[in-house]
Amino acid sequence: MINQKKFIVSHAPFWHDGSGVTERNYHIILAALPALIFGIYIYGIPALGVAALAVSSAMLWELAYTRISKMPETIGDGSSALIGVMVAMLLPPVMPWWVVIVGTLLAVVIGRQIFGGIGGNPFNPAVIALAILGISWPQYLDFNAAVVNYNLDFNMLYPLAAAKHAGLHKDLFDLRELTASFSAKDLLMGKQVGALGSTFGLGIIAGGIYLIFRGFIRWEISISFLAGVFITAMLFNAADPTKYAGPVFHLLTGYTLLGAFFLATEDSSSPVNCLPMLIYGVVGGIMTVLIRNIGAYADGVIYAILIINLINPLLDKIRPKALGKVV
Amino acid sequence: MIKRPFFSLKQPRFEYQAVSGVPIKPVKIGTSKQVKLFLERPFDSKAPLSIKIGDPVNTGQKISPYEGKEEYVISSVTGTIGSISSFTGDFGMSYTAITINTQPEDVFDPAFGESIKENGADAGKDFLAYVPGNLPLNLFFDPEKHIDTVVICGVEKDLLITTNQYVMKSNVSNMNKGISVLKKMTGVHKVVIALPQSLMQEAGAVGGASGVELRVIDTAYPAASPRIIMRDVMGQVVPAGKRCEDMGISFINAEAVASIGKAFNDKTIPVTKTLTVIKKDMTNVMVEARIGTPIGVILKALDISLFDKDRIIIGGPMTGSAIYTEEYPVRPDTDAIMIQDSEDIPMISDYPCINCGECVRICPANVPVSMLVRFLEARKYEEAADEYDLHSCIECGLCSFVCSSKMPIFQYIKLAKYELEQIRIQEEASDD
Repeated sequence: MINQKKFIVSHAPFWHDGSGVTERNYHIILAALPALIFGIYIYGIPALGVAALAVSSAMLWELAYTRISKMPETIGDGSSALIGVMVAMLLPPVMPWWVVIVGTLLAVVIGRQIFGGIGGNPFNPAVIALAILGISWPQYLDFNAAVVNYNLDFNMLYPLAAAKHAGLHKDLFDLRELTASFSAKDLLMGKQVGALGSTFGLGIIAGGIYLIFRGFIRWEISISFLAGVFITAMLFNAADPTKYAGPVFHLLTGYTLLGAFFLATEDSSSPVNCLPMLIYGVVGGIMTVLIRNIGAYADGVIYAILIINLINPLLDKIRPKALGKVV
Repeated sequence: MIKRPFFSLKQPRFEYQAVSGVPIKPVKIGTSKQVKLFLERPFDSKAPLSIKIGDPVNTGQKISPYEGKEEYVISSVTGTIGSISSFTGDFGMSYTAITINTQPEDVFDPAFGESIKENGADAGKDFLAYVPGNLPLNLFFDPEKHIDTVVICGVEKDLLITTNQYVMKSNVSNMNKGISVLKKMTGVHKVVIALPQSLMQEAGAVGGASGVELRVIDTAYPAASPRIIMRDVMGQVVPAGKRCEDMGISFINAEAVASIGKAFNDKTIPVTKTLTVIKKDMTNVMVEARIGTPIGVILKALDISLFDKDRIIIGGPMTGSAIYTEEYPVRPDTDAIMIQDSEDIPMISDYPCINCGECVRICPANVPVSMLVRFLEARKYEEAADEYDLHSCIECGLCSFVCSSKMPIFQYIKLAKYELEQIRIQEEASDD
């Protein structure tokens, strides 16, 4: 017994497919980079500052929280970095520094850590932070005001706000003319005013498709979210084209693509079964357009995602019957 | 190790190892100097023993060490009793370990042959509980259970193993004899052979005349799990918390049936176990060794070198159990030995569930694993069983295999089932 070799003993299974939390988070960050880098390229140093500050402060908030609460340090798993990236992509390109830091504090600490850290958050952390910031300091989250000192070669109006305004004042504006001035190609190529990472539609779609094919996010959620937006916007548009913009306009402006590929698909706050995922996405899409068209806000994605995060635990009760379940 | 594919839109599919072509001759392992046999009864040093150290035993001799107790082992060698001690297994299982110092010449014990002359097929009742292939004899003679159907598994329950398929291919005459003896001995009416498509050709000769049904099992893991066979092949769903035996269906490995046949053909109890050895590079070798042979002896014969921090697994990669010593013997149910290099061992972690849902989507039993595991972590076993289908789990290990957080989900599930069983036993004891 003295000279015996020591073998590793553990429970089955003895294989693992090699997936990991860190890997997941870094791949999602990677997929978000094209849109983020495009935003930095368009808006320059101020946007770079916002992005860098958001990522770094999110990670530092987590570190501070885990140190104070004596929890195991999980800063290496990329989850806070991902939240930082998401917050940066949702913010306007020009922001006071303290709003960014407060935003990541809200996201990391209020949005996730107080619920027990990764996997415990009932809402998408970045979205809840944006919702609180948007209510607290609406003047800093006004996209038109943020880019007032820029003069770029495209229509310097925040499309959703403009469309909402035009729909409300039919006597002054023609909505169809306005939406025609935002061509789909321009919107896809990022020629629109919006949040730092939400303007470059093509980049977000490419990132989203990459994630879907690699299996890091679920196609059911993304596709059904987009379908919900498209169908609802189409119905509104068919009902009154002079008041409500068309479906393609709704798909390519504001946070829609970001919401479909990066926000609604957040693991912890989204369902896992097939039918619940479809319902979750569709409800999110419908709510988005409802808030945009008849609600008080120009963009409804943030609140729509909070609403579907709320119904997620209920939805996940819809599941196939387990083998041999005795009712 | 199977890695996650680059593009993973679909859930991965794991194929059972198929035996194709001519059976490869198994490597025969010589008799080791000492064999160790496990009696399924905790060691009791105070109980009167019917054997003592130094007693001679013959090959195929029945040894029941505790006076007045029925449990027995079958000596796989000729020699003398070396020691009688205690051995602790997984989940609190405790055995009496009997070691036998081997002599080179085999002397076969005549008791079984005489019993056949007297009792015919019924001789099996008293002698065959320890044959290679793990025959669940007690099930058939348990007055509370009425087994009327036997499913013979010509398939493996785990990946990379070929033991039962090899036995099916190379032991047709023994299989036929075994089936007819089994029917006489136990009085079951219906025999079904579950086997993969690739064996249909060879197995056509098995039981063809005696009204045995052949059923094809899908090649995707875990299609050969008893509960999945019950659902897909027998068309009956086993209620959660019940076992297949409660439905009157018993599962027997092909090797056990072949062992019965061999015992009655040769008039001696078979003591040689066929097993698959899965090497570090995941290639496998068929091996024949006596029951009780230490694993280390087999590995030495195959030139497999072991180092510190490697892993020895009894069984397959998904559901086997790791052991801590090379002294561990081959047992009647040891279908495979798997060796993992220390570099190939994936680590588990204490990370929380991130709710990615991979486990829920891969679970063949539709268990809501992501919710279940949260309850199991908090040791809320009753709620887990009542609301989150703990007892529907078929113990295939796929959830832990795909877990992003690398949680030991399968271990949590096994532990929960064990704890609930302990609670049930305690409650029953206090009711009496």
